[in-house]
Amino acid sequence: MQHAIVQLPPEQIAPLARHYDAAVATRRRHTLLVFAAVLIGIVLSCWGGEVKPGVFWANADRLGTYFLNIVPVLRWETLGADLSEWYWNLDGWLKLLFETVLIAYLGTVFGTIGALLLCFLASANLTRNPWLRLSARRLLEFLRTVPEIVFALLFVVAFGLGAMPGVLALALHTMGALGKLFAEVVENIDMKPVDGATAAGASWMQTVRFAVLPQVLSNFASYGLLRFEVNVREAAIMGFVGAGGIGQDLVEAIRKFYYSDVSAILLLIIATVMIIDLVTERIRHALIGMDQSR
Amino acid sequence: MSRARLTPTAEDRARLLALHPYYAARVTPTHLIAVAVLVGMAGLAAFSMWYLDFSVRRLGTGIAQLVHFITLMLPPDPGRQLPLYLHALGETLSIAFLGTVAGALLALPFGLLAAKNVVSNPVLHFGVRRLLDVLRGIDKLIWALIYVTVVGLGPFAGILAIATASVGELGKLFSEAVEASDRKPVEGIVSCGGSKADTVRFALFPQVLPVLASQMLYYFESNSRQSTIVGIVGAGGLGLHLAEQIRILEWQKVSFLVLMMLVMVGVIDFISSRLRFAIIGRRPVSL
Repeated sequence: MQHAIVQLPPEQIAPLARHYDAAVATRRRHTLLVFAAVLIGIVLSCWGGEVKPGVFWANADRLGTYFLNIVPVLRWETLGADLSEWYWNLDGWLKLLFETVLIAYLGTVFGTIGALLLCFLASANLTRNPWLRLSARRLLEFLRTVPEIVFALLFVVAFGLGAMPGVLALALHTMGALGKLFAEVVENIDMKPVDGATAAGASWMQTVRFAVLPQVLSNFASYGLLRFEVNVREAAIMGFVGAGGIGQDLVEAIRKFYYSDVSAILLLIIATVMIIDLVTERIRHALIGMDQSR
Repeated sequence: MSRARLTPTAEDRARLLALHPYYAARVTPTHLIAVAVLVGMAGLAAFSMWYLDFSVRRLGTGIAQLVHFITLMLPPDPGRQLPLYLHALGETLSIAFLGTVAGALLALPFGLLAAKNVVSNPVLHFGVRRLLDVLRGIDKLIWALIYVTVVGLGPFAGILAIATASVGELGKLFSEAVEASDRKPVEGIVSCGGSKADTVRFALFPQVLPVLASQMLYYFESNSRQSTIVGIVGAGGLGLHLAEQIRILEWQKVSFLVLMMLVMVGVIDFISSRLRFAIIGRRPVSL
């Protein structure tokens, strides 16, 4: 079988080709513009960020040396002794890790309670009063924009060193972050049960309890667990500013160049975070499964 | 029109309750489980409060202190430090921008190596993925602290910290975008005799670049938040001044710096969400 390729006459091709070239040229121009903007941004920020490539390349080997240094010396013949030397303070670190997880837990619980109280006020379908709704929203926005560690810095001054300022800082930030997610869930509910409850003469509290809460609870729990994962990571750095947990020991190890301690603590943190991620993921999947089987 | 009032008689009620014992019971198994979970969580919370030395007295004095600080914070006032703080703001923006760009550039090869449909060697992409996990698993503040000890105080340590963590985060997202890409353009290029590099350039990049660009912008938003705090450990930017002013209890400057952070984050969020929706071609959902 043979195919004949149909060639258009040149006078028909020319305008098409011109269009094609013009289209390609516009695309190229846009790409170049974006690249130029990014390049200008890079140059400006190199200037603002005190980047000195010469100094960096001259000392780049120190970066590699540092990471080689924090790798512990493990020899096959004396593996047990080397391991116990690497993790010489395992009991102390495990205790601090336990404290870290408890800080994350308490922060999540308090934050979730606060978010629960505020989210109904911040959702457009339950709160008609715009002033109340907008002020609840602005409060949540403020709480989630200020980083945890800034709250922790303030609270350490107000409450003194220890785990309490860490818990409160995590709780406030969690409240802001979860409050927004919760309010979005509440705004997406089926309004028929709410109408039914209102028609039967329920008060606002009763409407929330019997018409809204059953619809949103499993979603709330799943978001709360997700936040717990995030908070475990955050609780691990609360110690940087003196707000409890394992961060205190990590800061000391890094600042004082206790090389093998750095890798030991970092590995412990990563392992804890991974275990907690796995556990909460299973619970969340169970929750979703429950929701779908209903 | 007349309406009959539907009130069930006593025997109707009894029959209905007998038909649905689950709803008739005042305490259902679901209730019991819910109460048990709540009691367990409250018990754990009480134990944690005891373990972490919570005390009502400390809470009370602390809150009183905090209220006192807030009254001292008003009105926010930079004093004579405004040029210094504006310079710090520039540093923070530089850290966020360069950190994200450098992280994204490095994440590109990692993302390709970690994608199953580009690299068929399972050992290689398993290794790359675990490496990305570790980079992502360590918090940016920890990276900042490490880099401060390696390259010294200053914004450069912050840039490296943001870039390192971004490689982990963006590399994972990139590899997922590459794996989710359509196979057909790749086959088309191969059938025309294109090399491996040609398939990446002409079949993969056009598909994944818009996704990557919008993810980059999203991480620029989140990194601009992070870059305000890396200064707390000495890695430049607003955080450096914030930690210092809190330590010496200059509350008006503290509130001014927090205000600067909020405005900066707000402006960046606004611009980048606009750009993101322009790239992926959808209108933002108005809240």
